[in-house]
Amino acid sequence: MSDDILVEVRDLKVHFPIRRGVIFDRTVGHVKAVDGVDLRIPRGKTYGLVGESGCGKSTLGRALLQLNPPTSGEVSFDGVELTTLPAGKLRTMRRRMQMIFQDPMSSLDPRQNVESILTEGLQTHGIGTDRDDRRRIIGETLDKVGLPRWALSRYPHEFSGGQRQRIGIARALVLGPELIVADEPVSALDVSIQAQVVNLLDELQETLGLTYLVIAHDLAVVRHISDTVGVMYLGALVEEAPADRLYNEPLHPYTRALMSAVPVPDPDVEDRRERILLSGDLPSPANPPSGCRFHTRCPWAQPTRCADERPVLRDIGGSRVACHFAEPIASGELRPHQVKTQLTRPAGEGEEPHSVSAPSEPGSYV
Amino acid sequence: MTISPSKKKEKIDRLAETAARDDERGVSLWQEAFRRLRRNPAAIIGTVILALFVLVALVGPLLVPHAPDAQLWKGEVRLGDFPGPRAENWFGTDQLGRDEFSRMIVGARQTLLVGIVATLIGLAVGSLIGGVAGAAAGLGGRWGRAIDNVLMRFIDMLLAMPSLLLAISIAALLGAGLTTVMIAVGVVSVPVFARLLRGSMIAQSNSDYVLAATSLGVKKPKIALTHVVPNSLAPVIVQATLTLATAIIEAAALSFLGLGNNDASIPEWGVMLADAQPYLDSAPRLAILPAVAIIITALGFTLLGEAMREALDPKLRK
Amino acid sequence: MALLEVEDLSVTFARRGQRTVHAVDGVSFSVDAGEVVGLVGESGCGKSVTSLAIMGLLPKQPGLAVGGKAVFDGTDLLQLDDRSRRDIRGRDIAMIFQDPLSSLNPVIPIGLQVTEVLTRHRGMKGAAAEKEAAELLDRVGIPDPRRRLKEYPHQLSGGMRQRALIAMAVACQPRLLIADEPTTALDVTIQAQILELLKGLVRDSDTALLMITHDLGVVAGMCDTVNVLYAGRVVETARRRPLFREPRHPYTVGLLGSVPRLDAGRGERLNAIPGSVRDVLPWPDGCAFAPRCERRVDACVGEPPALVLAHHGRSYRCVNPAPVAGYAPGDDVRAVVPTQAQPGSVPAQAVPDDPPTVPGLGPAPREEESA
Repeated sequence: MSDDILVEVRDLKVHFPIRRGVIFDRTVGHVKAVDGVDLRIPRGKTYGLVGESGCGKSTLGRALLQLNPPTSGEVSFDGVELTTLPAGKLRTMRRRMQMIFQDPMSSLDPRQNVESILTEGLQTHGIGTDRDDRRRIIGETLDKVGLPRWALSRYPHEFSGGQRQRIGIARALVLGPELIVADEPVSALDVSIQAQVVNLLDELQETLGLTYLVIAHDLAVVRHISDTVGVMYLGALVEEAPADRLYNEPLHPYTRALMSAVPVPDPDVEDRRERILLSGDLPSPANPPSGCRFHTRCPWAQPTRCADERPVLRDIGGSRVACHFAEPIASGELRPHQVKTQLTRPAGEGEEPHSVSAPSEPGSYV
Repeated sequence: MTISPSKKKEKIDRLAETAARDDERGVSLWQEAFRRLRRNPAAIIGTVILALFVLVALVGPLLVPHAPDAQLWKGEVRLGDFPGPRAENWFGTDQLGRDEFSRMIVGARQTLLVGIVATLIGLAVGSLIGGVAGAAAGLGGRWGRAIDNVLMRFIDMLLAMPSLLLAISIAALLGAGLTTVMIAVGVVSVPVFARLLRGSMIAQSNSDYVLAATSLGVKKPKIALTHVVPNSLAPVIVQATLTLATAIIEAAALSFLGLGNNDASIPEWGVMLADAQPYLDSAPRLAILPAVAIIITALGFTLLGEAMREALDPKLRK
Repeated sequence: MALLEVEDLSVTFARRGQRTVHAVDGVSFSVDAGEVVGLVGESGCGKSVTSLAIMGLLPKQPGLAVGGKAVFDGTDLLQLDDRSRRDIRGRDIAMIFQDPLSSLNPVIPIGLQVTEVLTRHRGMKGAAAEKEAAELLDRVGIPDPRRRLKEYPHQLSGGMRQRALIAMAVACQPRLLIADEPTTALDVTIQAQILELLKGLVRDSDTALLMITHDLGVVAGMCDTVNVLYAGRVVETARRRPLFREPRHPYTVGLLGSVPRLDAGRGERLNAIPGSVRDVLPWPDGCAFAPRCERRVDACVGEPPALVLAHHGRSYRCVNPAPVAGYAPGDDVRAVVPTQAQPGSVPAQAVPDDPPTVPGLGPAPREEESA
């Protein structure tokens, strides 16, 4: 494994104050959007961050880029500590770390044409000697993301969703960054367009040696694109592992539940898999549960420790897991209790494998 | 790794796409809005009314048959009986024997001037306050919120005063006259513009493209000027057009109350309306004519403003 | 006789000075009692418009024209007047929408909204209605239903709101439930809960479910029969397993190749469909998918591809479908129904066994048949 770490995040916290009051604001509490996250992203690799809405993954991405000021903790980028960097130096650093947004429409200024969208960053950082030089750089970037040259004089609303996302990628790419934080880069796109953009991101990483932090709620997308995957729940990482390992051997109960909930476009898989249905909803991040944050919904929660002691991430055979009982759960020693969850096994529902008789299966003629 | 087939596909796709589109330049949102505007009948009617009005205001005074302040038919004026419409005086004469038609035409220029200058005052001052407040609140952090608070409380104070009362007190301060009317009406419209621009800017400041510009490393003042302000202008422009209509009416009201221009040589519709008051019985046309003129002009601005709102509203954009 | 039989449904929006938009263009499909049928497609394919047209919920506006038939239990829904349609809606056919917050009235407590349905369609009143409402909420898995009845929509989480909406939909034991992207706005663990709930309701009550979604994973887990839509037309219809195992229409093939799968490894390149739906043919009559299609042949652009009724009740609209192992290209084609002659009107079973010569079918695919 390479030790060339580009980004290191240490105990990062982002708390948003909740203000009340008619005349004078009082801070009545904090939404702990990100509450103590450590992670490292090696150069040239992709770190995938998954979690459901409200788990703090987007806030983490923005705090990493110093777009949301972190409450505490450290973020070091290529050895430079960003949280204490003066504003001017930070702006200069931004050239090296860029962001791709979820909604390609709202992240592009509707009144700028593509050329001025792409020129803005170049001008800010004084890249390119003159207009022609900048045009050359922009042209090359358009080629990289697969947009035609005529796009330059057009406006965002004249493009389809997929093309708009390419413009957003070009805007990030034109500065020649090393790190790209992609916040739900494909979730606003149609399936067939999603695949184009995922392929493009893959290609760009290959040719330009980019480092990605991909934030998404879609586990399949993250699995597809990431080397390492971190799973977030209520502002903290609950599990982090190499992508394949995480998907083959999820250790944290939340990871298991999350993966079992993702629909797979294959009826055979769908009919056979066992679903762990979590009960209830995500607790409020303003008032997170004590101890392990997941214990209120965890099918494996134990009367001891879970409710009082917050588990830390610890190494278990290559994964980092924040669960007191990861080993006994993995070995099957601890069984999920039926009381708290609806554990369903889809037996005898839908199409029975044998009721789809041979004649309706074209392949079975062979 | 086999990646060739889909790469090939994508290449073909790019070629096909390039071929499918002609090479004409892109259409900006402003251009699109203008296209929509041109298709809207309300916009056309409004524009025609306003074009006529502006034309009359610009060239009318040069072509009028009689001087507006010359009391040419003074001899024919009797108490409660002024010369009515006839060949030489299309709208008859007023109580002082002046040609009403000429006075109406010349009055258009005054009315237009008052409306435009008053709106410009409101627009300029309001946008300045609103723009600073909006930029400060949207992008400025803790100090920004403080600046915004101070400015907006000032605007709240302006807003809390009844507009007519405010205008009257300004008039009382500066003395009656055309300038007073313009300033008074302008000041009254300041809060509208300020709050509108501020609100619009704060909403835009939270948008993703502002975040994107921040992440590019663009400085905040530049973000405010190049991204936030241009995207916040549409409602302000619409409001300016609508304010022109209300400004004309308000100016007329102030003139009617006697705070406006008292120079008889320069007629103004509001003053004419006020002067006609004693003769409502005997010569109602003296009141009706300026009133109708004011209403039609205000209607023209309102029609255009509403059409512009429709054209610029992003929610109606496909 | 199927419970719902949609035949040659078309929805067009005509606007002055603009080209007429065919949002739905000759869509035919059927839903049997107790069956789960999927309408799958990407945004703009006409799946939601189809369901709204069936329910008579399309906003009335000049230039809107709905054609074809939607026969529910012997009654053509499209011919009904507003009043009788309202009676059917909610009682026999109920609908669930994507965004539960905007489907619920924000200023009325949940309980009142549920009892309103009970009062209107089942004539229940007062305490009886309230008791039934609480039972309904309980049935859709809302904990502490008595208390929830008094709460307002904004006090519930997204998943709970969708459950409340489902409770209202099933209040009158409808025979058909139309769910339009019911889980798209929800998180994946909540989605799993809701899908499980819908499956259970269908299984226990013999309600038919028309599931409108863009998510092939959801379809794979739920639907008995799947209709794939593209640009306002049903391009392929098949039972669930055959569809996923051996998609015939190139668009279906492309969709399945585009989805990243949880059980596939890192870095496997996705087989994206090139281009976007906005790509149009220079010839307006051809197959709408042709500009993006890998298997495009000359015959694709002349006229809209006819409906091909293939083996085992499958059908597709393609002149050059993806090959299936064990079939010679001509073999699987049992009949071709020209588009003009109401495609849905020829039932698959009535088609003779010997393959007729097919007019309008493009040149047979030459490559990769041996595989």
